[in-house]
Amino acid sequence: MIEQIGFYVVSTALLVSALRVVTAKNLVHTVLWLGLTLAFTAITFLMLHAPFMAAIQIILYTGGVLTLMLFGVMLTHRDTGLLTVPNPSNRRTSGVLLGAAVFAMVLAAIIRTDSLPDAAPVPMPIAGLGLAFLTEHVLAFEVLSLLLLAAVLGAIVLARKGDPLPGRDVEAPRIAARPEPKPNTDAPPAAPHRELEPVSKG
Amino acid sequence: MGIEAYLILSAALFSLGVFGLVTRRNAVGLLASVELMANAVNINLVAFSRFQGGNTGQVFALFTTAITVAEVVVGLALVIVLFRARGDVRLDLASELKG
Repeated sequence: MIEQIGFYVVSTALLVSALRVVTAKNLVHTVLWLGLTLAFTAITFLMLHAPFMAAIQIILYTGGVLTLMLFGVMLTHRDTGLLTVPNPSNRRTSGVLLGAAVFAMVLAAIIRTDSLPDAAPVPMPIAGLGLAFLTEHVLAFEVLSLLLLAAVLGAIVLARKGDPLPGRDVEAPRIAARPEPKPNTDAPPAAPHRELEPVSKG
Repeated sequence: MGIEAYLILSAALFSLGVFGLVTRRNAVGLLASVELMANAVNINLVAFSRFQGGNTGQVFALFTTAITVAEVVVGLALVIVLFRARGDVRLDLASELKG
């Protein structure tokens, strides 16, 4: 009974914060509601007897992805005041129709399935997860580490500023208000260099 | 709660993510909607792992988590490049391949 009430409370909170993610008017609000959604997903994992997944969810998603998105928001707005980043949305009716269609499709698939698994919760040791990674799925694990390396390198190469790659023109952004630095050839520096006076020996 | 409740929850979260994906004009908002969809998939996988026994669902969920994090990293790098090239990150205006 308590478990059912808990499930309904957590799932309602999860869906409400997900709804606020996709309908917030301010982009910073979107990202913050996303953080709350990720935290409620971690609670859902705890309800599903998966504490390791919950911990990884908190560490990676709310700790990593949320911070990255906040950086992304802060770095990509045009100096219009930080707290009012606008977040408009269009095509709402087709969005609602598409979302409803996807939900109806998956709901139909769930209802029509003959036998869904239903077992009692078995305590799953985390060591078993680690062992599965290193014995049964070791190839995918190594490929995943290569993929993470590629992602990090790719992000660094993409977002780096300054040194031009051959064939890529970095010096010509289309943003208007960026005057090119004038070389300072008018006047010599104002104050002449002053020699240090020798310390007088008394 | 049976598994159906968790599957319906995951489906609802996924469809909210789809709504956000179609509706959002800002690129970071779009990435947030993709995050919602990935979380819905994770809930689905972990629910199957719990109700069927065995590790496979959680292992799969960890893989998809890591891949989603990598995707968000690359996506945000692309958003930064887009901002440098155009001055804003409105995806409905970024509709030409040139430049």
